[in-house]
Amino acid sequence: MDANNGPEAETVLRLSGITKRFGPLVANDAISLSLKRGEVVALLGENGAGKTTLMNILFGHYTADEGEIEVFGKTLPPGDPHAALAAGIGMVHQHFTLADQMTVLENIVLGTRPLWSFNLGKSAARDKIRRLAVDYGLEVDPDRMITELSVGERQRVEILKALYREARILILDEPTAVLTPMETEALFATLAKLVAAGLSVIFISHKLGEVQAVSDRVVVLRGGKLAGERKTSEATRRELAELMVGGQLPVNKIGPASPRNCLFELKGVSTRSLGGAALKQISMQLRGGEITGLAGISGNGQAALAALISGTLESVEGDILVHGEKAERWSPGAALERGLGRIPEDRHATGMIGDMSVAENVISEAYRSPRFSRFGFLNWKAAADFATDIIKAYDVKCPSPDARVRLLSGGNMQKLILGRALDGDPDIILASQPTRGLDVGAVAYVHARLIEARDRGAAVLLISEDLDEIQTLSDRILVIHRGQLSRPSLRGELSVMQLGELMAGHGHDEGASHAA
Amino acid sequence: MNEAFEILFTASFWVAAIRIASPLIFATMGELICERAGVLNLGIEGIMVAGAFSGWFTVYMGGDLWTGVLVAALTGAMFGLLHGFLTVPLGLSQHVTGIGITLLAASLTYFTYRILLPEVSSPPKIEPFQPFAVPVLSDIPVLGPALFNQTPLTYLAYFTVAAVAFVFYRTPVGVAVRAVGENPSAVEAQGISVTAVRIGAVMVGSALMAIGGAFLTMSAFNSFFFEMINGRGWIAIALVVFGSWRPGKALIGAILFAAFDAYQVRLQQITGGVIPYQIFLMMPFVLSIVALVVVARRATYPKALMIPYQKGER
Repeated sequence: MDANNGPEAETVLRLSGITKRFGPLVANDAISLSLKRGEVVALLGENGAGKTTLMNILFGHYTADEGEIEVFGKTLPPGDPHAALAAGIGMVHQHFTLADQMTVLENIVLGTRPLWSFNLGKSAARDKIRRLAVDYGLEVDPDRMITELSVGERQRVEILKALYREARILILDEPTAVLTPMETEALFATLAKLVAAGLSVIFISHKLGEVQAVSDRVVVLRGGKLAGERKTSEATRRELAELMVGGQLPVNKIGPASPRNCLFELKGVSTRSLGGAALKQISMQLRGGEITGLAGISGNGQAALAALISGTLESVEGDILVHGEKAERWSPGAALERGLGRIPEDRHATGMIGDMSVAENVISEAYRSPRFSRFGFLNWKAAADFATDIIKAYDVKCPSPDARVRLLSGGNMQKLILGRALDGDPDIILASQPTRGLDVGAVAYVHARLIEARDRGAAVLLISEDLDEIQTLSDRILVIHRGQLSRPSLRGELSVMQLGELMAGHGHDEGASHAA
Repeated sequence: MNEAFEILFTASFWVAAIRIASPLIFATMGELICERAGVLNLGIEGIMVAGAFSGWFTVYMGGDLWTGVLVAALTGAMFGLLHGFLTVPLGLSQHVTGIGITLLAASLTYFTYRILLPEVSSPPKIEPFQPFAVPVLSDIPVLGPALFNQTPLTYLAYFTVAAVAFVFYRTPVGVAVRAVGENPSAVEAQGISVTAVRIGAVMVGSALMAIGGAFLTMSAFNSFFFEMINGRGWIAIALVVFGSWRPGKALIGAILFAAFDAYQVRLQQITGGVIPYQIFLMMPFVLSIVALVVVARRATYPKALMIPYQKGER
């Protein structure tokens, strides 16, 4: 049987009428799709469109309420990952399912041998892994610990896990979200080899460019329903985007920047590590009326920089200058006093307190100000009014200021944070991953507000792992690698590939950490 | 002072150290298995009490010594099943459940003891395991008698360490147990049931803890009395941390702690009451805290320890 995907190619997978409800929410509504041998189908949709749920049903993590799955003509028993594996389905999850303090080999052979045997069969396994690695461009040393691997290598281990089990259908859930542009290219090359060998791939993504680059066919989900299906070669980018969003795509216009004086400056600042890389003598300036974008692969010091600016991490050397004056004791309180608006990286962990109300959350940075408290007693009326103002001004969908924040969607939670951070027109705005996990509409909204803040003269630092976002918004781009900064580049000066190289550490010579 | 130093070279000191270490080895291996699978088992103290009693009582009623060990192990496994059921599929707090298991197992044991033996004033005795000298090996000076003139249960303790290490690093089931304590979704994604692996590990671990308890009534002593476990379970939990969750290092920790304990008893005798004896009693604990601070700060613990896993959770 040949590997091309003409109309006569064999159908390897068929989902019919899959419906899944979580309480009142219908995550998948009667979705049907099929996959042919040697075909790459992209599953396109926004966050919350039901892509991941659908694939989790296919893989047996969830049980569908209705519908049926057929693999190679046989019905798959629902809710049984073992059966899915045995039928030849391999899944690469968005959040890797690897045991960190074990070797690559151990992770791969896990579950491939009968549990009660006295032998791991390590040497045979090692040979097979090496062979697969060479065949498909997935080089990784089988005897290294997962903790020692880069994110790209970890993903290769995930793919190897599936191939080791002779998977014929590979599902990749947002595989490029964590990769550098180079790693993404390598992944696409691997996928091409897999398809040539007769495997079929489902590629889940919300990035149109990638979908067009790798797939043969695109299936679009929206709000849990099948929104449409197109041959990739016959579909335009605009058409796919509109299918995904269900209407016109919001477009932000960003005018040229008119930078003013420097509002916030770091001079040769070093910090200790905060999980990822520590900052090493970095210098940077944030100027009013300008968005400075900080690109970089996760874990290269972004967390330390954000914490430093917010005042939660102390520097071990160097100076922090605010409005040209040296800040002697930089603490979270001092940062707020000096007019820092802060959008934290993880809205659930550090941005909001899920079990407290909207009103309590919006005053959490300012509850001591006379506006919200007098003689040590909180003024709940003022807090509720403030919350109501934000809800109105930022179009937050929430029942009342008394509602618990946990019940809000990611986008609405982010709007609340935005409202809290931008209240009182702060001069300096720290936006860490401000649009992570938001749908296109909410992303456009957040971007618009950041541009607005820039245009009224605020200095904005945008820390993001999404290069598209960095390139769209930033007037000036810095790249962070192992705690050091690249030279700044202006909007449009560097291509995605050039930025990718900086992110991977090429061109970061020693002197380059002093970004003017 | 010289005298204090010479103790370290006497065979009797090391014999005592290994004897004191044996129940700790069982208990530490048991706890280590549970924790490696991601389940903290604070039921250990009570499970050891239950094992000490059930093993001893089996022999007291006329059972074979090894039957006693088996009964102790099964008793432990049953409490392990309870702990596993509450913490794994139900996902209850491992701390609270573990303390509950300890209280339940210990109280139930004392209650059963009173019901079954209401008339006794002094604890009844059994014929315990006797030392068995391994030919040739036991003739090595100092270390020979210490390591190889012990009861069969001590030999079983050595074997347990080797077996745990072998299973962990050389067999599929061991890889599964370690993986389930690191990242349960890695195990689920490979088609293995997280619940089954975790409950199985907790049952096996609890069985070992119970054998540790039974060592006290069937090998170190010959009767059961209240309070005889006396915190050994808690020490085992510290030893697991001391050993960075590795069987070999944990074994060394257990022997080290036991050696401190044996040493302080002998020091008490030679100082002849100049220093209050409580200082000596305290010594092994103080030293183990110091050792813990030094050794365990950089230990890498199982990532999913104490985190319940719920399949299909959003």
